[in-house]
Amino acid sequence: MDVFHYLALGFSVALTPLNLGLVLAGCFIGTLIGSLPGIGPINGVAILLPLAYSVGLPPESALILLAGVYYGAEYGGRISSILLNVPGDAGAIMTTLDGYPMAKRGEGGRALALSAVSSFFGSMGALLLMVIFAPLLSKLAIQFGPSEYVWLMIFAFTCLATMVGKRPIKTVVGVVIGLLLATVGIDSGTGILRFTMGIPNLFDGVDFLVVVIGMFAISEVLILLESWARNDLKLTPVGKSFVSFADLMAVKWVIFRSTISGFLIGVLPGTGASIASAVAYGTEKRFAEGKEEHFGQGDIRGLAAPEAANNASAAGSMVPMLTLGIPGSGTTAILLGALLMFNITPGPLLFEQQPNIAWGLIASMFIGNIALLVMNLPLIGLFVRLLSIKQSYLVPVIVMLTFVGIYSIHGDTFDLFFMIVLGVFAFILRKLGFSLAPVILGLVLGKVLEENLRRALSISGGDWFILFDGAITYVLAIATVLAIVLPKVMKLRKK
Amino acid sequence: MKARIATLLLASGLTLASAAHAFEPNKPSCIAPAKPGGGFDLTCRILSTGFAKAGITKIPMAVTFMPGGVGAVAYNYINATDPDDPNKLVAFSSGSLLNIAQGKFGRNLDENDARWVGTAGVDYGAIMVRADAPWNTLGELVDAIKKDPSKFVLGAGGGVGSQDWMKAAILMKSSGVDPKKMRYVAYEGGGEALAALLGGHIKVYPGDVGEMKGLVESGKVKVLAIMSPERLKGEFSNYPTAIEQGYDAEWTIIRGYYLGPKVSDEAYNYWSDQFQKAYNDPAFEKTVVDQNLVPFNMSGKTLDSYIKERVGYMRGLAKEAGLIN
Repeated sequence: MDVFHYLALGFSVALTPLNLGLVLAGCFIGTLIGSLPGIGPINGVAILLPLAYSVGLPPESALILLAGVYYGAEYGGRISSILLNVPGDAGAIMTTLDGYPMAKRGEGGRALALSAVSSFFGSMGALLLMVIFAPLLSKLAIQFGPSEYVWLMIFAFTCLATMVGKRPIKTVVGVVIGLLLATVGIDSGTGILRFTMGIPNLFDGVDFLVVVIGMFAISEVLILLESWARNDLKLTPVGKSFVSFADLMAVKWVIFRSTISGFLIGVLPGTGASIASAVAYGTEKRFAEGKEEHFGQGDIRGLAAPEAANNASAAGSMVPMLTLGIPGSGTTAILLGALLMFNITPGPLLFEQQPNIAWGLIASMFIGNIALLVMNLPLIGLFVRLLSIKQSYLVPVIVMLTFVGIYSIHGDTFDLFFMIVLGVFAFILRKLGFSLAPVILGLVLGKVLEENLRRALSISGGDWFILFDGAITYVLAIATVLAIVLPKVMKLRKK
Repeated sequence: MKARIATLLLASGLTLASAAHAFEPNKPSCIAPAKPGGGFDLTCRILSTGFAKAGITKIPMAVTFMPGGVGAVAYNYINATDPDDPNKLVAFSSGSLLNIAQGKFGRNLDENDARWVGTAGVDYGAIMVRADAPWNTLGELVDAIKKDPSKFVLGAGGGVGSQDWMKAAILMKSSGVDPKKMRYVAYEGGGEALAALLGGHIKVYPGDVGEMKGLVESGKVKVLAIMSPERLKGEFSNYPTAIEQGYDAEWTIIRGYYLGPKVSDEAYNYWSDQFQKAYNDPAFEKTVVDQNLVPFNMSGKTLDSYIKERVGYMRGLAKEAGLIN
């Protein structure tokens, strides 16, 4: 069997002492980077890339190190999401929805352990899918044209609509705020500046990370300050930190479904961890409808789904990068740059001409995931201790980290002011009972939706029927309709 | 590894010791006005590693990132905050020049608000179609477009008014088709546009020679014309230019560096001399070629007037295409 032969070759590359050491180092650095708000996988990989190059690592080793940082950061992003309600990176936004309520109940350890295990299964499942289906999937990925993306985004929006809370109208308003933010910047179609007020920093649109960190971290700090002023600060109880077998059995299908959808969304160029986790969360909420559920208040399914999905999408985004030379996410774009720096051209020929690089990388991801799980479970006890730190010490540290993280993106103070403004705005929204996740997702999805809708229409010359061109569009359209109708039908049948 | 660090330390010590020039750089850095990984990053890495390999700087220059508006944020930053800092070289490309020409770098900033100091190299436009497309020459493609320009979809990695759009518009103009009639689809970066070409969503992709390498080898893409003034040398010498096929469509993508507008003549001349030194060094040339660029050596005053002429030309093009008044 070809695949196993190559995989064996891959492991022989990945298991050399140097590469093994680099995987472990990469995963560790990645976890740290991911857990710091603002410094996500993109920055982590970008910072380490020149370092790896200048110490003269061979290309496969450098790639193994950088990929380790990448999925290590996807692991690490959940820590501050769960414990502090501050997502460490974009893929971890959905994790705050149920992870933080669990931590508040004193189940921080349980949440961390369960999310680590979900991440592990998400990654491993996605890697297996990648090994088996990579060539096939790369063909599917390029079949995905603008019309298909439009439907995928509409599907994601329908998942969102009932996603958060009891008041759908507030979710919708939140999404609209996100959509409005998405319109700022150079219009991709016509090149005209929209809503930039002549500020060059806004020409590329509002920076996604600034919005995430501003809205989540700064508003969280303000809320902490408020309860300190009112003198009703309570220390969060620290519970046990074991993942029980019963928990795992309860979410096994959640993980299974989320892994597959997360992987597929990751494979598509232009959609990444944040969309993957949103779709997974929405889908699971749909599945749970009519049954006993408390999504948004610390449901373990709402925690397992986005974690499995965002890790699966990290593996998925490697597929188009390795097979076609097309990055599936911002981080893989940098990995692609790394390959080019070593004079390696990714693409269909990579697997044939340089199997040691392609398969060595894949094998190292298997090893890295096991390492991450082994590394993460014992550390949970330590992470949870974060919660027992007095808020008067914790808050300044969070503030400092967010400021450093945001400043490091562009090296410009504009982002800091913008972050503060957004934070105050988000604080007001939260006081009014809005949830922040729809705002962020509106921002992400809105940009992709608008760009692709306009691409579709400029291909067809304004003919809307292009949205029903090809089998994939029908599949996605039907899925969208089912997502709206099915829960209603099931409710009726129950009655 | 340890020995390496030791040599680095020793070497940087030596730089300090050999202070002979009137102007001496102090921790020079290259600002890449984009996120890591793109063309500006590459431009800075050429300066950083190329100068180190040519022995001009003892250690590679630091690269910092300042993304926003194809260089607009960095341009504004240099003008507002550090107009006289002689140690900050900022990368630019034809894309930045095109935006300067259209006044997209800020209301009051134009090509006179920087000191253009040296080049990294150039790249050229390349007209690509899918390998199984029915056209084998630019002529055949243009005939097909002319039949019904509104049904023919071109796409590339930038919006209307970007360099990618400009390449398509120049091709249209040279074949007598009104660029405004062209059906153009904007993607986010060349990678996405390429995926769309392979997936059959767009028919023509005006990309760059620098992207051709792996693609042509893999047999997925066909290159119908290169938009260089003359035939390229080396591995791409088999590809005909658009000009030799009878279409006056040329697009040179220049990559280089500028200093702040108030940097002293002393420092400006120093850097200009260093670029000349680098151009004479085969190690620098190899760095440029390794990054899939064609060497294009120009520095100092010559470059400054070349850039100003180029921006003027682009302003003309933009006016013709109705992008600016």
